[in-house]
Amino acid sequence: METTAKTYDFKRVLVWELPVRFTHWINALSIFVLAVTGFIIADPPAIMSQAEASDLYWFGTVRAIHFITAYVFLLSTIVRIYWAFKGNYYANWRRFFPFDKRAWENIKHVLKIDVLLRNEEKEVLKNISVGHNYLASLSYLALFVLIIIQIFTGFGLYAATSGWWLPQLFAWVPEFLGGDMPTRQIHHIATWLFILFTLIHVYLVMYHDWLEGRGETSAMVSGYKFVRKERFESDEQI
Amino acid sequence: MGKLVKTNRETYYESIIRHGYNRRDFMKFAAFISAYMGLEHSMIGQVAKSLETKYRLPIIWEHYQECTCCSESFIRSDHPIVADIILENISLDYTETLMAASGHQAEAAKHDTMEKHYGNYILCVEGSVPMGADGVYCTIAGRTALDHLKEAAAGAKAIIAWGSCACNGCVQGAKPNPTDATPIHKIIKDKPIVQMPGCPPIGEAMAALIVHYVTFGRLPELDRSGRPKAFYGKRVHDTCYRRPYFDAGLFAETFDDDNAKEGYCLYKVGCKGPSTYNACGSMRWNNGVSFPIQSGHGCIGCSEANFWDNGPFYERQTNIPGFSIEGTADTVGKVAAGAVATGITAHAIAANIAKRKELKDRYKRGIVNEEKLEKNN
Repeated sequence: METTAKTYDFKRVLVWELPVRFTHWINALSIFVLAVTGFIIADPPAIMSQAEASDLYWFGTVRAIHFITAYVFLLSTIVRIYWAFKGNYYANWRRFFPFDKRAWENIKHVLKIDVLLRNEEKEVLKNISVGHNYLASLSYLALFVLIIIQIFTGFGLYAATSGWWLPQLFAWVPEFLGGDMPTRQIHHIATWLFILFTLIHVYLVMYHDWLEGRGETSAMVSGYKFVRKERFESDEQI
Repeated sequence: MGKLVKTNRETYYESIIRHGYNRRDFMKFAAFISAYMGLEHSMIGQVAKSLETKYRLPIIWEHYQECTCCSESFIRSDHPIVADIILENISLDYTETLMAASGHQAEAAKHDTMEKHYGNYILCVEGSVPMGADGVYCTIAGRTALDHLKEAAAGAKAIIAWGSCACNGCVQGAKPNPTDATPIHKIIKDKPIVQMPGCPPIGEAMAALIVHYVTFGRLPELDRSGRPKAFYGKRVHDTCYRRPYFDAGLFAETFDDDNAKEGYCLYKVGCKGPSTYNACGSMRWNNGVSFPIQSGHGCIGCSEANFWDNGPFYERQTNIPGFSIEGTADTVGKVAAGAVATGITAHAIAANIAKRKELKDRYKRGIVNEEKLEKNN
């Protein structure tokens, strides 16, 4: 096939607004800090020291960083939830509930083309996703559930050490889950699920960027993605 | 301990004096128990006055599936009056371990107390109730524990679930729970129940609970799981004298290393203090001599529900149900992360092969544009 003559025209689309990008990176950073400090808290390294305990406080500091970052993460989550009602089409909460016919069609398409790596016989323009594809949005829904679990178990464990009303809102969680020990366990397992999510998430971003060349990676910095001109004439919006 | 059935009522003070204590002992006790109850200094007078003027509460003490360590605990409590305040009363009425009577006599004494004080007595329950096989795993005087509990609970003003067995089933309620050991609050729904978990719980806490009830005429403030906040409001970790080592990041790695000898924190050898709500760190045991952590052994979390099932006593990590014995969260996590990384690599390679034409075409188009620009320049 002779393709050299025909090249494509692209249009620049603002997909991720500033609050979406901002909360994305705050979340990424806080999840990283929380996971690292969390693993240290779960199994502190054996640091031998001749210093008196009164001169040392490193474990207290690690825990303080974990707790402060937890508040940052909570705030960022709240901002993102607010933006799910206030933001543009691609930030809206409806994009994360892919439970209508069109979404299922798109999920089937993504499964076939991007997961099972089949090739399209004929390019269907409406299949070009502008924001998330709906399989990805399903994974963000799962991530959201995971975030909620982590916030509830984390602040539930933290409540006992705080007199403030905000952590106290979560004081019922350990009781509900059968004690601090099972709560801690769930918190720990959920951390691993975040790590698994991150691995897959980062890979898929690079996969799409590599195969589609539409600025998938840089979109979370600039906010823009590039969409074929012909896609705008397609009547269905994905 | 002479009479089986007490007929003349007396106040706590009268009973204490009758036992040969003087007023000074009594006032010391009032000060001591007020401190345990978490009351302010100025309240001691009110406590003393109540003990002087109020009649002793009739208590029925029932034993079901348990090991009697709870009874042993308060017998060994800090101040002799602590034991007397409860013991004197119940030994006259009904408690299998300590009463003088036996057989029909004992049952008769119990029924007498229940009838005479119907609606007014405090029921202390030590032990869980086996519900399996129609309750035959625990029968007393030819009747099942469930029978006894329902009968005794009917006329009780309040119930104290004394010890982990009564609160959550403890060891016999651990998996697979062959007798279907059931805690009291899952059987009796229509009475106020105070949960005092622990294996055993602290005797002083029981005495303080009774004194609180006598002084204020109501149960102390309870938390969500029905435990008195005064004794179960803080974690063992929060009152532990080794806590500074925790914050300093100084941990015993094994029980026989130098760090253990230095008295460092036992967190890494499985201490459950950070997830256990109890007053061991402040009230301590055996006349205030020590508590497990002070004696060099981590807390096993005996006052937490299902502590037998919540993982090993000597490790931080707990096992994931459904995985092997060694299947801790971290090993499962590492294996899963490895599997995902392998899958990603395989997918990346497969994608480059399957989509080679698409990639090639895009590359060509890119080159075309590049050449165009080069020409224009």
